[in-house]
Amino acid sequence: MNRIHKKLEEDKKLLSIYFTAGYPDLEDTVPIIERLQNNGVDMIEIGLPFSDPLADGPTIQESSTKALKNGMTTKKLFEQLKDIRETVHIPLIIMGYFNPMMQYGVEAFCAKCAEIGIDGLIIPDLPVDVYEEEYKALFEKYGLSNVFLITPQTSDERIRFIDSVSDGFIYMVSSASVTGAKNTFGDVQTQYFERVDQLQLKNPQIVGFGISNKDTFNAATKLAKGAIIGSAFIKTLNSKGIDGIEEFVKSIR
Amino acid sequence: MSYHVNEKGYYGEFGGAFIPEMLYPNVEELRQQYLKVMDEPSFKEEFNQLLKDYVGRPSPLYFAKRMSEKYGTKIYLKREDLNHTGAHKINNTIGQILMAKRLGKTRIIAETGAGQHGVATATVCALMGLECIVYMGEIDIARQAPNVARMKMLGAEVRPALSGSRTLKDATNEAIRDWINNPVNTHYIIGSAIGPHPYPDMVTRFQSVISAEIKTQLKEKEGRENPDYVVACIGGGSNAAGTFYHFLDEEEVGIIAVEAAGKGVHSGESAATSVLGHKGIIHGCKTLLMQTDDGQITEPYSISAGLDYPGVGPMHSHLYATGRAEFKAITDAEAMKAGLELCKLEGIIPAIETSHALAIFENTKFKPDDIVVVALSGRGDKDLNTYIDYFGL
Ligand SMILES: Cc1ncc(COP(=O)(O)O)c(C=O)c1O
Repeated sequence: MNRIHKKLEEDKKLLSIYFTAGYPDLEDTVPIIERLQNNGVDMIEIGLPFSDPLADGPTIQESSTKALKNGMTTKKLFEQLKDIRETVHIPLIIMGYFNPMMQYGVEAFCAKCAEIGIDGLIIPDLPVDVYEEEYKALFEKYGLSNVFLITPQTSDERIRFIDSVSDGFIYMVSSASVTGAKNTFGDVQTQYFERVDQLQLKNPQIVGFGISNKDTFNAATKLAKGAIIGSAFIKTLNSKGIDGIEEFVKSIR
Repeated sequence: MSYHVNEKGYYGEFGGAFIPEMLYPNVEELRQQYLKVMDEPSFKEEFNQLLKDYVGRPSPLYFAKRMSEKYGTKIYLKREDLNHTGAHKINNTIGQILMAKRLGKTRIIAETGAGQHGVATATVCALMGLECIVYMGEIDIARQAPNVARMKMLGAEVRPALSGSRTLKDATNEAIRDWINNPVNTHYIIGSAIGPHPYPDMVTRFQSVISAEIKTQLKEKEGRENPDYVVACIGGGSNAAGTFYHFLDEEEVGIIAVEAAGKGVHSGESAATSVLGHKGIIHGCKTLLMQTDDGQITEPYSISAGLDYPGVGPMHSHLYATGRAEFKAITDAEAMKAGLELCKLEGIIPAIETSHALAIFENTKFKPDDIVVVALSGRGDKDLNTYIDYFGL
């Protein structure tokens, strides 16, 4: 049982924040994590920047480009996070594309995550069938939860399959889109949230993509266990820097 | 040894479908349907009819007499440059537009670098009356103005890719993002033998008409179906895949793939992926690609926009890894010289991509009775400005 499992047992809706490591400044990674925790955020997705983030909209693309320009690398991120567990106790998840992990060496990457105290990974372009066949045993050996995405287009049958392979939570992508902040959810989202809720999955669901404010957070967590905010948070970092974190988190709940 | 895709979508260790879950329903639908659809008699009939009446196939297999004399071997040119829209790209877009229609799609997206694939896609969309959106890097839009105008005249919307390095790889990212955002009515016509399975295999099959025709035509001209060598340039690898396809299992046929060395393989400005690349994931498939030690995809360079791609299709990575194909790298200067030479020797102005394939004769020794078939993948009209600037014409 890792920190993610324990957190999911808490009797509350979880607020999770995504940010791109190395943005706005290279050395902001650790201060951002500490401030998010200190302002009551439940879980953090640390984005490992990639040159070609296929599933991301302009905000995360730009933060990734900037982070890479700032000098962020996989090695650098691991160095920055080396002592993170001395100050941070909430679940930490690394979210990144598969190619940089492959080049680092998938096993070496998992081992390093375990050593630092990373609890899970979200790898949007590592499909569930490849994971199950080639990497599941490895992730389990290092105690890492791997989190999969589902979308409004995902069939019930496939959602059940993903549920069976998942260990932790299911990342429920709110709409058929790349990442990016939206201000409201429509009927399509509501129906989808209800459909998934009725499946009674073994893993709780956390909604992501398009959560930007209190309203979307509340709408998303009516049925789901929690929600993840990414682009809207990065926009805040962009305009107000890390001093904007407290106000941002308070505005959500 | 198999050089064909297996049921899981791999060529040896290369290929697969490394896609976000958002793309799964579309890619899975295509995977389940593509072979079935391509096998339907009505599909075959429509495809072949359009290739004949609209594209102008079969394209001639032309014996290049003066060039053969100069290099002391028998050189045949497979004239894909004579196709409608001026390159092999249309073979694939005709196939994919018919596929899209069978799948009930009403909106077409594509990526383009030089604009050849964009033009070929805009053309078939006009032919079928379907909405067409072509993503093109902002930098390529500026340097390929005539093709941008062609696409617009054909009714397509050209959307600039503003992210990353603003060239072909970023246009491909934008097209993929568009597909994520429009999962129901849209088909993505990929322009080369790249992308997640089943794209590399589907594109290869549509382009394989090139090698099918070579066999028949060579039999007529030389009394044998198999040449000693087939030669093609490689960007993502679609004209090469089509030219090699029916010879892959004919071990007596030598396969030569020609990459762009840019200003020199190790100059830092090159697109010679087989030499400079490492196994990784680009645009949804596992293949050789140019990247940093940290796994960030790097920007290639070639004077020819169509070869300016940081990866090669997974089939070609497999042909390289197994040694089935010999890979050669040709610099800008060698290609430009060979392009001009073809003009003077044979009265054919080739695309600069194609000129790379033509340039191998300068440094490759063939026997006098060897039969070497080169894919003349496209004509040089689109490259006139580059030729003019380069040679000060
Ligand atoms: C004439 C021509 N040849 C070759 C290529 C390279 O593409 P591929 O490797 O897919 O054949 C292009 C691409 O634009 C082209 O226009």
